[in-house]
Amino acid sequence: MREVAVVAQPNPLQRIPGVAMVLVLLIALFSVIAPGFLSVANLSNVLVQSTILTMLALPMTLIIMTEGLDLSMGAVLTLTSLCVAIVSLATKSMLLGLGAGLLVGTAFGLANGWLVAILGIPPFVATLGTLGMAQGLSLIVSDGQSVVGIPHSVRDIYSATLLGIPVPIVMALVTYATFHGLLYHTRFGTYIFALGGNREALRYAGLSPNRLLIAVYAIGGAMAGIAGLLMTARMNSGHPTAGLGLEFDAIAAVAVGGTSFERGNGWLLGTLLGVLSVGVLRNGLNLISLPSSVQVASVGVLVIVALFLDGLRSRT
Amino acid sequence: MTDITKGAMAPPRSFLSQDAVQLFYRLLAAFLICAVLAVLSDSFLSLGNILNVLRQASLTFFIASGLTLVVLTAGLDLSVGANVALSACLAGTVIHTTGSPALGILTGLACGGLVGLINGVMVTALRIPSFIATYGMLWVLNGLTYWYMAGETLHGFPAGFRQIGSGYLFGLPIPVYLLLVFLGIGTFFAQRTVWGQEIYAIGANPVAARLSGIPVARRLLLVYAVSGTMAGLASIIFLSRLNSAEADIGESLTLPAIAAVLIGGTSLFGGVGTVFGTFIGALILTLVLNGMNLLAVSANWQPLVTGVIVILAVWLDMKTRRRAQ
Repeated sequence: MREVAVVAQPNPLQRIPGVAMVLVLLIALFSVIAPGFLSVANLSNVLVQSTILTMLALPMTLIIMTEGLDLSMGAVLTLTSLCVAIVSLATKSMLLGLGAGLLVGTAFGLANGWLVAILGIPPFVATLGTLGMAQGLSLIVSDGQSVVGIPHSVRDIYSATLLGIPVPIVMALVTYATFHGLLYHTRFGTYIFALGGNREALRYAGLSPNRLLIAVYAIGGAMAGIAGLLMTARMNSGHPTAGLGLEFDAIAAVAVGGTSFERGNGWLLGTLLGVLSVGVLRNGLNLISLPSSVQVASVGVLVIVALFLDGLRSRT
Repeated sequence: MTDITKGAMAPPRSFLSQDAVQLFYRLLAAFLICAVLAVLSDSFLSLGNILNVLRQASLTFFIASGLTLVVLTAGLDLSVGANVALSACLAGTVIHTTGSPALGILTGLACGGLVGLINGVMVTALRIPSFIATYGMLWVLNGLTYWYMAGETLHGFPAGFRQIGSGYLFGLPIPVYLLLVFLGIGTFFAQRTVWGQEIYAIGANPVAARLSGIPVARRLLLVYAVSGTMAGLASIIFLSRLNSAEADIGESLTLPAIAAVLIGGTSLFGGVGTVFGTFIGALILTLVLNGMNLLAVSANWQPLVTGVIVILAVWLDMKTRRRAQ
């Protein structure tokens, strides 16, 4: 629908109910059926475990707002996590590891943006191709084995606290604040709304939609690099299937959060609530001892239901 | 490029003149790869290897042929690999418990077809974009299969059943005969039946198709159901070839199937492509992967190469079509 205004600012009053209701319902459900769900230890566990997903879901929101998609995010995270592990193992330096992860992630993001913006390949196929490439490279650099023995400086990131708050949560909050500022309080953010809503307007305004689009995908790749550091720290190793399917959880969070796949408007707070919904769902199912396979299936159902509701809303 | 001009309104039946050149290039590419491999590897031209390539290509083709119809309607089915895994596991269980291969085959086909039908309902009735709907389905099926199998492997099937995937008839593997049969059926259906032509019309211009009275939703349902059923058929062949079933057998199947369709010249934007092209695509992809195998390149390189091929194929397709316009 190209008639949408350039800056389709979200209408929070209309949106909050949907995703917030999902979250409240899930919390209510699991406090009843899952013993131990409401304990402080478990809830903070949910928060810490949601941090990696937050770092993927926020850039995924921007990408989906441009009527795009990034299916390669999970595989790229796997690759960057391996890069962090290998480089920090070789140099004993956490920062060099992070640098390597950022570099590789950003390179993949730029490649995705180039394929989508310059070559004009549909995003879901372009990123499916780079998914295969990242998956292949992960297998090649790791030879299919785990990378173990990474230095303490990397491992500590996941367990350390800052002013009593776990560092991963601090990182996720900083990320959220940055994305919020970027999307709602800078011109770049306004352009992102226009990328999905009215690309022609950008061209008439003398801007290059292609360059903006590449930037959006590059941000996604860079965030996969930072999340790769957290993943390596969390698993205390690099593993060639570490990020398998994470992009799907990210898409689920965005879809549940009320960002539309067809109308170029997005809502970051909704995505954050969506991330928590996915986190609570997986944690709760885990507590009632359902295997991770059932968690995967239920996230799939969650996405389909969310998209169905989104479709209903867009028709009214 | 507006929706009206997209996909050109020329009747697809004239593909012999219009797309013959494209097809020629692809056959040429296949021959070139063969020539290079014949020089580089002594064992490439052995009868055993050639039959092996044909059998591998037929497995990719079964999944890719149904997928071709979906892509012709400008849709995509990302769930085919996961569908193969679930169908194979269910079919294997039925054969083990009842001892009847016929019931097992029926189960595999029914499971595949049902999954395809649900995909079709999500795309038509719920109006979810096909790549997202089938991507969700991928993870639902993955979860179901892993949960159902709980890490177990089904192993050992009746000798008669195993003939389907690993047997020979007059010196040729049985899957190759099945390939020829389904290549014939698919080509006839797409090129020579009204329903097939309607599928091209839907892909070329869905609005025009609806306005000319084509029951778009019903044809789309059919297309997704066929794609699912072909995944079910592939699951049977896999099961009888490997003589075992595990939850993860489908994970490396989706990307090659999509690659085969795209190499074969079927356009992601719908309305252009042939089932025969997909066969050539499956052959080219298999030749490349087989060649890597013969040259002792680690299997770890296969996803990387397949990913590059997918992107290259789409890019080349878009480039040639842009020039044609």
